Amino acid sequence: MQVELVSPEAVLFSGECSQVVTRTVDGDIAFLDNHAPFIGALDIGQTQLWATDGVISLAINGGFVEVSGNAVTILSDGAMAAQEVDPSEAESDLAIAEEALASDADDQDAANAKKWAETRLRVAATV
Amino acid sequence: MAGGQERILRRRISSIEATKKITRAMELIAASRIVKAQSRVQAAKPYSEKVTDVIANLAGGGAGVDHPLLTPADEVTRVAYVAIAADRGLCGGYNNNVLRAVERAIAADQSLDRQYALVLSGKKAASYFSFRGYEVHAAYEGFSDQPNYSDAKAIAESVADLFESGEVQQVRLAYTRFLSMGSQEVTIDQFMPLEASEIGADGDGDTGGGGYEFEPEPAEILSRLLPRYAEARLYAALLEGSASEHAARQRAMKAATDNAEDLKTNLTRIMNRARQDAITTEIMEIVSGAEAMNDDGDDGGLDEAITQSLEGSLAALVSDRNDA
Repeated sequence: MQVELVSPEAVLFSGECSQVVTRTVDGDIAFLDNHAPFIGALDIGQTQLWATDGVISLAINGGFVEVSGNAVTILSDGAMAAQEVDPSEAESDLAIAEEALASDADDQDAANAKKWAETRLRVAATV
Repeated sequence: MAGGQERILRRRISSIEATKKITRAMELIAASRIVKAQSRVQAAKPYSEKVTDVIANLAGGGAGVDHPLLTPADEVTRVAYVAIAADRGLCGGYNNNVLRAVERAIAADQSLDRQYALVLSGKKAASYFSFRGYEVHAAYEGFSDQPNYSDAKAIAESVADLFESGEVQQVRLAYTRFLSMGSQEVTIDQFMPLEASEIGADGDGDTGGGGYEFEPEPAEILSRLLPRYAEARLYAALLEGSASEHAARQRAMKAATDNAEDLKTNLTRIMNRARQDAITTEIMEIVSGAEAMNDDGDDGGLDEAITQSLEGSLAALVSDRNDA
């Protein structure tokens, strides 16, 4: 199936994939060829694309996915390939977020920042 | 003495030459940036098109259109203006055209008893309105020649807050649309409430055969998607603005370079005339001096000597001028 990963600034990936695994706000979901039409909101999490030349691992900071007519479109304004992740930056972001959460456990922004930092670290570990 | 005037002209010409070099460099830089800015406008299109597609499909899937961003107010008492101008000047009428259009629109609103709120992008926009005593709600700057999505996001969030809290009932977006290298046009569009028909959310859109599965509920996806749509639209406006800014700057700097060239030609002409005058005056002085000496005596040998010294002075004068 044809897969496109589109950010507001550019088309980041466009190509043929055998499988796509991503995470919607309700949980992980995988798409194989000829999946039924689907629209979902993406959570902060890891997305993997089984492209013809290997598996591409990405950290996605929220977005949307649409599947129709054997094509998957992922829209995200925060997508980062595993190679682009700076683990030390993610570590320090994680520390800052945890500190904020320790003083205010209900801080939604800090919770998201923590999740995003953890996702980046997990994706970086796959390289 | 005439030589003084010549020196002043020479100094002016060299200062014009220096200015011309600068304007020429700015012209070339702007020209190269237009191309880059245009390609960024193109690169941003797939995202907003896809977002629009998804919204249309959601509406087809029964998402309903009761999101606050889609709901027009019963009565408009305050209108927010998002004005997109540049951080720098030296770009012809680019800044003033947008800002004057906004000022006129505000005046028109005030005659309808509507208040305004200003959200400004670009240093020139902020200084224009604060100088004229307008109250500025928020001002952003530092990115007009190369805006990022995060810049658009920050502006869109502050505008959406204004709108959703009910402080303003309408948001309008003023920017310069980039039509081509030679033509840009100031436009003021309605930005919020989003028009359901424009984004295909009125249910008439292509539903792609329908039968979509949604995760989570369509209404919830829509509520997450609409702010992204607003951001993408603002981002597109910022990009168009930056392309227009570079085009305007390129034109302004080309005109300045041409003017400098004309000025230089004219001044060079005046300087040459002044130089000619100075030479003529000096020759006249030497000749009349020699005449005076000649009148004193009637010795033919002295006459010869005077002619020689006159030729010597003239040769020195000419080589002196050529060196200068």
